[in-house]
Amino acid sequence: MTDWIHPALIFLAGALVLPLLKGHFRQLWQLAIPLAALASVAIMTPGEYGGFNFVGQKLLIAKVDKLALVFAWVFTIMAVIGCLYSLHVRSAAQHVAAFLYVGSALGVVFAGDWFTLLVSWEIMAFASAYLIFAADGLAATRAGMRYLMVHVTGGVLLFGGIVLHGQETGSYLFGPIAETGGLAYSLILISFIINAAVPPLNAWLTDAYPEATVTGAVFLSAFTTKTAIYVLIRAYPGTEVLVWLGAVMALYGVIYAVLENDCRRLLAYHIVSQVGYMVAGVGIGTEMALNGSASHAFAHIIYKGLLFMGAGAVIHMTGRRKLTELGGLYRTMPWTVALYMIGAFAISAFPLFSGFVSKSMVVAAAAGDQRAVIVLMLTVASSGTFLHTGLKLPYYMFFGRDCGLRPTEPPINMLLAMGIAAVLCVGIGVLPGLLYGMLPHPVNYHPYTGAHVTESLNILMFTALAFFLFLRSLDPERTISLDTDWAYRRGSGLFMWVANRPLARWEQMITSLSDTVIWRWLNIGAHFSLIGDLKGVDAVVNSVARTALRCGAVMRRVQSGVVSHYAGAMISGVLACIALYVFLWAA
Amino acid sequence: MIGRIVQFFGNTANVRLKWRIFVAVLVVIVFADFLVLRDHGEYFWDLLPGWGAGFGFVSCVVIIFVSKFIGHQGGIMRDEDYYD
Repeated sequence: MTDWIHPALIFLAGALVLPLLKGHFRQLWQLAIPLAALASVAIMTPGEYGGFNFVGQKLLIAKVDKLALVFAWVFTIMAVIGCLYSLHVRSAAQHVAAFLYVGSALGVVFAGDWFTLLVSWEIMAFASAYLIFAADGLAATRAGMRYLMVHVTGGVLLFGGIVLHGQETGSYLFGPIAETGGLAYSLILISFIINAAVPPLNAWLTDAYPEATVTGAVFLSAFTTKTAIYVLIRAYPGTEVLVWLGAVMALYGVIYAVLENDCRRLLAYHIVSQVGYMVAGVGIGTEMALNGSASHAFAHIIYKGLLFMGAGAVIHMTGRRKLTELGGLYRTMPWTVALYMIGAFAISAFPLFSGFVSKSMVVAAAAGDQRAVIVLMLTVASSGTFLHTGLKLPYYMFFGRDCGLRPTEPPINMLLAMGIAAVLCVGIGVLPGLLYGMLPHPVNYHPYTGAHVTESLNILMFTALAFFLFLRSLDPERTISLDTDWAYRRGSGLFMWVANRPLARWEQMITSLSDTVIWRWLNIGAHFSLIGDLKGVDAVVNSVARTALRCGAVMRRVQSGVVSHYAGAMISGVLACIALYVFLWAA
Repeated sequence: MIGRIVQFFGNTANVRLKWRIFVAVLVVIVFADFLVLRDHGEYFWDLLPGWGAGFGFVSCVVIIFVSKFIGHQGGIMRDEDYYD
């Protein structure tokens, strides 16, 4: 325990101290804490830490193995990048929330038992919700509330599932869940796929992330869905339903991204799409597929962070977020354009970029597992990924019709953060061995074969050809797209209508009924009962009392105090008894 | 350097030049796809040169038009004040 520090504790301590600091000291602290956490991950050795017995159950705060370390590395790297990106933000509360968010995500990653996982899971939900609320304004507050409601629901399902699972197995140690047909299996799975944003439970993500603060969305894009992938890899590897959910999910995000006008919502739909690859990988469940899911999560966190940082930079500098109101920004923001495009090439899986070495591993695992339909679905989705994040979004945001705005480049800390992410996107793509070496299972996969490179390039470049030929059909429209959040956004309206109309009316009717009819009869009843009380009960009680008094007076006269009277009374009594006895015996 | 590359891609005066470069790239990568070694493949399309080009083009067109069809005809796309 002495040579090991939980990085979550570093973030917790950082969050406690941060509000006390000001100016440059606070900025230094903002960078020092994630760097310290990164260092603690770097020196970490696999093993079990912080185990203890609690009311007869073995609990384990942290279990470090290769899988946990992959996620811990990328979480702390992203924390460094995100903190650098948000260095200029003055609100201490946002930084505290971000620290707690990253810390609790690390708590989930290292959790050795279900209760540690649950507690971290809940802190993660509340800390991340603050990053949405902090954007202020009615839209953000409402979206944040909806986000919180969904996650609280997921948390309750998880809690119920954990308790049932603990009763079934007698152990609260975190690990794979066997499908026994029990309720625990389903409850925990549902709570996990809520956080992974698997349709139809995806809408919390695409509803809330675009409403978050510019810097908050960068953190949000990284942690919640990827912790969900992590726990799915741990608890549900090889679950068949996840293969299909993942493949559908990959296409679902792509279809919605065509329709989307809000730049960060478009990117959010591509989180759904990309996480679909990881979910499918978990479902396939072979060593290669699980490696693919873990490595794709790693690459995804960096390039998606970069894309959100690019879109965030535009929003930060222009105050606009709709593609219909943007365009022509390349003139004054060339660095933002270039860095964004590196993220776009990475998510599109261009050779030499990170997505190429991670996404293809999932697809190859599906091919190796004889799943042709899944392979085709995932390949279509990767064409759609380039179409939106690599072509549509940059075209309408940075090029295309000139919106007339001439914003400058964003603050230097934002550009630097994007630069670090861009270097990693290229670095992982050029030297995949670095990432492969960290993966939980041995890797026997070579992404850079001639056929794979040319096929990928052909798919992507001919996607681009179709994009340019049918450009006008893709023009963004001033609309919003209905997603499954419709059910609870409109459903809550129905609920309020039921509460305001039928329920409130009924309550009113009951009140007036009791006021007029019931209350009057109660009054009359009370009046009669009062009369009955006075004339009946009281009279009886009074006469009993009076009789007792009279008897007492008579008895007082009998008690004369003269001994001869008492003796006479006793003798006459004895005589009377004898007479009675003789009389009865004679009879 | 970065600035000049970005300006080149943004400048609408270069449209013809950009199309020429783009088409040249397409020709090169299709040509390369016919040349590469295809010693193993799980499915028939892995052994088919030019598969990627056709698949990329068709899936992009399908994505655009199917999505727009669902969006417009399926009642997914609504006015921005729909929830207000």
